[in-house]
Amino acid sequence: MSNRLRKPCIAFAVPSLLLASGTALAEYKLNFPEPVSPVTREVFDLHMMTATVALIIMVLVTIVVGYSIFKFRKSKDYQADQEFHNGWFGTWSWLFVPAIVLGIDLTIAGSASSTFDLIEDKTPADLTVKVTGSQWKWTYEYLEDDVKIVSSLLPKEEAGDGYLRMVDNPLFLPVDRRVRFLHTATDVLHAWWVPSIAIKKDSIPGYINETWTIIEKEGIYHGQCAENCGTGHAFMPIQVNAIPGDEFDKWMAEQKEVKLAKAAEAASGKVWKLDELMAKGEELYNKNCSACHKPDGSGIPPVFPALKGSAIAMGDISKHLDIVINGASGTAMAAWGKQLDDLDLAAIITYERNAWDNNTGDAVQPGDVKAAR
Amino acid sequence: MSSTATHDDHHNAPPPGIGRWIFSTNHKDIGTMYLIFSLVMLFLGGSMAMLIRAELYFPGLQFLEPDLFNNMVTTHAIIMVFGVVMPAAAGMANWMIPLQIGAPDMALPRLNNLSFWLLPAAATLLILSIIVPFFGGGAPVNTGWTLYPPLSIQAGMGMDLLIFTLHLLGISSILAAINIVTTILNMRAPGLTMMKLPLFVWAWFFTAILLIMIMPALAGGVTMLLFDRHFGTSFFDAAGGGDPVLFQHLFWFFGHPEVYVLLLPSIGVLGIIVPTFARKPLFGYKSLVWGMGVLLVLGMVVWAHHQYTIGMSVAATNYFMIGTILISIPVGLMLFNFMFTMWRGAMTFETPMLFAISIILMFSFAGTTGVMLAVVPADLQYHDTYFVVAHFHYALIPGALFGLYAGVFYWLPKWTGHMYNETLGKIFFWWTTIGFNLTFFPQHFSGLAGMPRRIVDYSVQFVEFNQISSIGAFIFGLSHLLFVYIIIQTVRGGPKAGDKPWEGSQIGTPGLEWTLPSPPPFHSFQTPPTVK
Repeated sequence: MSNRLRKPCIAFAVPSLLLASGTALAEYKLNFPEPVSPVTREVFDLHMMTATVALIIMVLVTIVVGYSIFKFRKSKDYQADQEFHNGWFGTWSWLFVPAIVLGIDLTIAGSASSTFDLIEDKTPADLTVKVTGSQWKWTYEYLEDDVKIVSSLLPKEEAGDGYLRMVDNPLFLPVDRRVRFLHTATDVLHAWWVPSIAIKKDSIPGYINETWTIIEKEGIYHGQCAENCGTGHAFMPIQVNAIPGDEFDKWMAEQKEVKLAKAAEAASGKVWKLDELMAKGEELYNKNCSACHKPDGSGIPPVFPALKGSAIAMGDISKHLDIVINGASGTAMAAWGKQLDDLDLAAIITYERNAWDNNTGDAVQPGDVKAAR
Repeated sequence: MSSTATHDDHHNAPPPGIGRWIFSTNHKDIGTMYLIFSLVMLFLGGSMAMLIRAELYFPGLQFLEPDLFNNMVTTHAIIMVFGVVMPAAAGMANWMIPLQIGAPDMALPRLNNLSFWLLPAAATLLILSIIVPFFGGGAPVNTGWTLYPPLSIQAGMGMDLLIFTLHLLGISSILAAINIVTTILNMRAPGLTMMKLPLFVWAWFFTAILLIMIMPALAGGVTMLLFDRHFGTSFFDAAGGGDPVLFQHLFWFFGHPEVYVLLLPSIGVLGIIVPTFARKPLFGYKSLVWGMGVLLVLGMVVWAHHQYTIGMSVAATNYFMIGTILISIPVGLMLFNFMFTMWRGAMTFETPMLFAISIILMFSFAGTTGVMLAVVPADLQYHDTYFVVAHFHYALIPGALFGLYAGVFYWLPKWTGHMYNETLGKIFFWWTTIGFNLTFFPQHFSGLAGMPRRIVDYSVQFVEFNQISSIGAFIFGLSHLLFVYIIIQTVRGGPKAGDKPWEGSQIGTPGLEWTLPSPPPFHSFQTPPTVK
C-alpha cells in the first residue's frame, strides 16, 4: 500500500473498528454504558445500527465532496460541464434520490417500531416502584410492600470522586425479576434516567408514565435527572443497587420493621425534649432543607430566603407550621406535609427555631404538627 | 425642469443625520441596521456561551450560581435564535430581495421600519429580564429557551419580561414576513417569473410563510403562561385541571418549524454561492424549490419528536417518528443537489465557497445524527443529553450561521463596493471551523456517556470532554473578533469591487444585483428592468 493511500484507509478503519465493538467503546466512555436489561440492549443495538448507517452516509458524502474538490477545480483547468444538470442524471435524480432515502428511512423505522413495541410491553411485573421526582430528590415507593425511600445527593465530603453520582439511600432492586416503574412528579418536570437499566420517560405532575426493566446483572448503576428542574437539577443523581432476589427479600423485611418502629415512635404521644428534637432536626434539616436554605441557614437570596434570623422562623409558630406543611404558593417552597411525618416535621421546625442563634426556645411537638395539618 | 432635478437629487442621496436611520424606509439602510443589530447580539449571545463554557471547564461551581447558569443557557439560546440568526437573515433579505428581483424597495417600507425598530425594544426587555433578579425581581429564568411550565411559573419577574420580549419579537417577525411575501409576489421585474427567481428569494418566500404560520402559536402559548402566572388560570397547572404538556405542544408547534426558519435562508445563500464558484448552473433547481416546499409542510407536522419522553400513545409516537425520518428526503435531496452542482464544475475556493463546502459536510453530519434522534427508542436514551446539544449546534451553526457568514463574504463587495481581504477571510474560515468542531464534536460522546443538558456541575467522569469543548469554544469565540475586523476593514476601504466581483455570479438563476454598480445607488431600480 502506498503511503498516500494508507492515511485515509486508517482514518476510515479506526471508526469502523470502534463501531464494530460496543464494549471497547464503553470502556473509553465514548458510548452508552453497558446495557443490562432486555430493553436497553435492544435500544443499544438499534443505536449502533443507526450510527453505522450514519457513518456510511458520511463516508459516501465525504468521498463525493472530496473527489469533487480534488478533481473539478479551475486551477487544474477543468472545464465546467454546463449541461450536466440537463442530462438523464439531472432529469431523474429528484425521483431516485428520494426513493433511495425512503428505502433507508423505512428500514430504520421498521426496526425502531419493533423495539418500541418491546418498550411498551405491558406484561404484569413482579414488583412495582413508584418513582416521584421532587425539587431535588427522588422518592421511591414499593407499592406491593408499602415501603418508601427518599433518596438525595450524597455530599461531596462523603462521596469523593462519586460526587453527583452517589446518593444517601439508593434504590434496591432484585435481579432477574420484572420491575415496573411508575413516573410522576410533585412540583416541576423531572426525568428518571439510568441508561444501563431503563429508557427514560418524563416525570410530569398530574401524569403517570410507565417503564420497565429486568436487570440481568448484579451491580451498582448510576444515572441522574435528565429534565431541567431548576436550581438543583445538576444535584439529583440516581443510584440503583441491583442485588440477588433472596437478599432483596431480606432487605425488604428489614425495611418493614424499621417503618413499623418509626410509626410507633411518632404516634407514641411522648413529649419530646428540646435537645432530642434538635438532634433529630439537624439530621433531617441537612437532608431535606439544606440544599436551598443552606446548612448555616443563610439561604440563597432572593430565591431561597435565609432562615437565620427570619421573621417566620423566629415569629408566630402557627405561620411557621403552615409554610412548612403547606408550602408557599408562587415560590419554590414545597409542601412538606405530604412527604414527612409529624415527628420529622416537629424536629425540623424545632431545629429551625433554635439553630444559628435563632434561640426561640420553642420545642414543637408531633401533636402540634398534627393539629396544624 | 430644474425643480424636478433638485427634487430627484434630494431623493437620490440619503437624508442627513440620525434621522436617516430612525425614520428610514430604505431597504438597504434597514438591511444594514438589521445586520449591525445581529452582529452586536452575536457578541452578547456569544459572551454568554463563553461564560457557560468557562463554568463547565472544571467540575464544581466557579463563576455562576446554578440559577444564573441556566439563565445564561436560556438567554444565550433566545439571543442566538431571535437576535442573531433571524435578524441577520432578515437583513440579508432586506438588502438582497429587492435587488435580486429588480424592485425599487420592499412593498411596505414603513412596516419595514417598524419591524426593525421593534427589535431594539425587545432586546432591552431581554436584557432587563437578566438583570431584574439582581434588584429583587425574584428568581432568574432558569428554564432553558423552551420555558416549560411548571418551572417557568416559579421564576420571578424576569419571566414576564421574557414573555413580553417574545411578543415583540413575534410581532416584528410576522410584520417582516408579511412584507417579504408581499414583495416577492408583487414587486418582481417584468418577465421574472417565479421559477426564474434566485434560490435565496425562494428560500425566504417559504421562510416568511412559515413565520406567519408558527409565530401566533408561540405568542398564544406564552400569553397563557403569563395568565397562569398572574391571573389565576390553570392552563398548564395539573392541580387546577390543566396540562403541563399542553405548553410543550404549543411551544414545539412553533419551535420545530422555527428550525427551518433559521435554516432555509442559508440554504438559499448556498443555492447562490455554490453555482457561482462551481461556474455551472444549480443542479436540480426545480427539485430544490419543491424540496423546500415539502420541507415546509413536513416541518409543520412533526413537532412532537421533541417530546417523545412525555409518554404519547404508540400510534402517535410512530406517526411522529416516521414523519420526522421522512424529513431526510427533502433535506437529503437539497444536499445531493449542492454536491452535484459542484460535480464537473470548475471550482475555485474563495471564502464563501469554503464555507459552503464545510456546510455541506457538517450539515450532512447533523442530518445523520438527526435521523438517529428521530428513532424513538434510541431517543428515549439520547433525549435531554449533550448528544442533543451537539446535534442541534451542528445543525444550526453550519446550517444557519455559517450560511450567513458565507452570504456576508459573498455580498460584502456588492454592499460596500470594496473587496474584503481574501487571506484574512480564509484564516477566519479555518479558525471558526476548527474551533466549532473542537467545541461540539466531543459533546456527542459526553452525551452518550450520560451527561444531561442544562447542568451547572458534573461528575468527574465527564471532565476530559468538557475541557476539550471549552477550549474549542474559546477558540471559536475569539475568531469572531477577526470577523468584525474584516468587516470594518472592508467597509472603510480596500480594493475596488466591480459590478460583478465574482466570475461565476451570472451563471444559472442569478439575481439582478449584478446589473447594478457596487455599491448600488441609494435608490435602485427606479424604472423596472426587464428580464427575458
